[in-house]
This record gives sequence, C-alpha cells and structure tokens, in this order.
Amino acid sequence: MKVSLYRYNPETDKKPYMQDYDIDVPADKDLMVLDVLNLVKEQDSSVSYRRSCREGVCGSDGLNINGKNGLGCITPLSEVKGGRDKLVVRPLPGLPVIRDLVVDMSVFYKQYEKIKPFLINDQPAPGIERLQSPEDREKLDGLYECILCACCSTSCPSFWWNPEKFVGPAGLLQAYRFLADSRDTATADRLAELDDPFSVFRCRGIMNCVSVCPKGLNPTRAIGHIRSMLLANAT
Amino acid sequence: MVKSVTNLTRSGLSDWLVQRVSAVLLALYTLFILGVFFANPDLGYDEWEHLFSLFWVKLFTLATLLALVGHIWIGMWTVATDYLKNTWVRFFFLCVIAVTAFVYLVTGVTAVWGV
Repeated sequence: MKVSLYRYNPETDKKPYMQDYDIDVPADKDLMVLDVLNLVKEQDSSVSYRRSCREGVCGSDGLNINGKNGLGCITPLSEVKGGRDKLVVRPLPGLPVIRDLVVDMSVFYKQYEKIKPFLINDQPAPGIERLQSPEDREKLDGLYECILCACCSTSCPSFWWNPEKFVGPAGLLQAYRFLADSRDTATADRLAELDDPFSVFRCRGIMNCVSVCPKGLNPTRAIGHIRSMLLANAT
Repeated sequence: MVKSVTNLTRSGLSDWLVQRVSAVLLALYTLFILGVFFANPDLGYDEWEHLFSLFWVKLFTLATLLALVGHIWIGMWTVATDYLKNTWVRFFFLCVIAVTAFVYLVTGVTAVWGV
C-alpha cells in the first residue's frame, strides 16, 4: 500500500513536502493508521509523530488522515481508505508544525487554560466530598470524556482564522462541562468571561467538530447550551 | 474576555441576538413583498405608491431597513475579522461597509417617508 506522509524538519528543510512509502500491509488484518505509521517508522526512522496509549485514551496521535482529522490509533485503514489504495497523513491543520506530524499545541492549551478547567466553589470544603445527585452527575455525560486530542478545534475554520481569540470546540465543551457542574459556584463569572464576540460567538455552527470527534462528542450542542445560559443570564 | 471595539454592540450575545432577530424581520419583509407581487400580478405605480403610503408599511419598511443595517454590519464585521488580518485593510473595508450601510439607510428612509 502507498503511504504518503507530510515531512518537514525546520532544521534541514526549506519547506514541507510529501514523501511516499510502499508498505506491506497484511491482507487478512485491518490495521489502524498508527500501526501503519509504525511500519513506516521501521523503514525510515526519521519520521516523527506522537503516540502513547495506542487505544484512544491519551489523545496524542491526532492526525489528518486522508483529509479528515482523527486519532491514528483507533482509526482503521478500512474506514479511511474508501476505494483508494493510498493513505495520506498530514499533521493537524492550523497549528504550527514542529516536525513532520508533530504540531505545536500551545495555542490550543492556552484556550483551554482560559476557560478555567477546574471546579471553583466558594463554600467551605465539606469533611469528605461535595456530593452530587445522580441527575446532576448525568449532566456531565458527553462532556467529561473529552481527551483534548485537538481533532475538533483543528478542523474548525473559525479556530483556524482566530486561534488566539476563539476558544474553539474543545475548550468550549470543557467550559460547558464546568458550567453544567452542580458543584461549581462560579457560573456567573465564567459566563461573563465568555460574553465577547469571539470566545463563544465565533462559532458559526459548521459542525466539523462533531463530524471528527473520535470520542463521538458534540461540542456544537455544548456551545448551544452556553449560548442559552448566556441568554438566560442576561435577559 | 477578548476586547473588541468595532463590533455592533460590544457584546457577543447582543450581536448574536441582533443578527438572528434582524434575520427574522428581513425574512418576514421578503415574504411580505413577494406576497404583494403574487397577489397583484398587474401591480402598477399607483398601487405601489398607495402601498407605501400606508403608515404600517412605512413602519415595517423602516424597521426592516434598520435590521438590514445591523445585519450587514454584524455579518461583514465577522467576515472582515476572519479573513482580513491586516489592521488597516480591515479598517478601510469596514469604513466602506459603514458608508454603504449608511447610504442604504438614508436613501431608504428618504424614499419611503417621501411617499
């Protein structure tokens, strides 16, 4: 099978280029994209990419695979190849490339940091723990599972154009995770921080985030909930 | 919070609301005008003048013109802040949009309230 990889080493290359490899893929197995990258690495040890858990939990190997963002470790070849006998792997779009498939995620984490991704509670700490009803806990389903792989934010045109100002789908999913948490008492402050024309409202409902999320989450719905909370809080 | 001094209302929520409410008004006005055309296939100048001499039509038209100006500004401001990264190019573009929207408004008001 032909594998085409995005290559760029800022120390030696003037500009990025695509490099083709011929990889022998066992016919009786449906390998994951990460397995194929490992086979490429056996051929050419200079190829760089991030990976860690290899089971869709750590979020390290977010890649652009045949034009669509996803995690290499849980994306089977059969799913991405379509009718083609070629695999094209590029780094996540919109972020600066450090080397080959490794991107600089600083701006992504900066946006994540902005939404204060931790519980804020101004009540005295209880003896053991802050209790939550099963109904309140249920509100966090579909939110807490985010692994911050950045597949969603880097597939979002609004994030490409304004990465310093628009929080992005991943950050906003987490923002709603804390807004929805019954144990958090900073709702008003969190909402006030989001009521500008960029942080939330730069989302144009394109829904690429929903289409690519490897965990099946729905950031657009979370953004809709944030808008509703802002509206309810302000009218 | 990201600071912005050129969007319509200074608030993301207000801009978002204005954009949606104005879109509904623009859609209603479009349906109204289309309805007038369909209901009066032989529409002439006299019927047209009579229609716009009605006070409620003037009010409806003025409200739609104001909605149009707000809608234009929010939409074009969004496009400009997405794609025009050079500050002066963006500033010039937004000035052109502001002048155009102002001309639309004044021309529209003059035409409608002159009937």
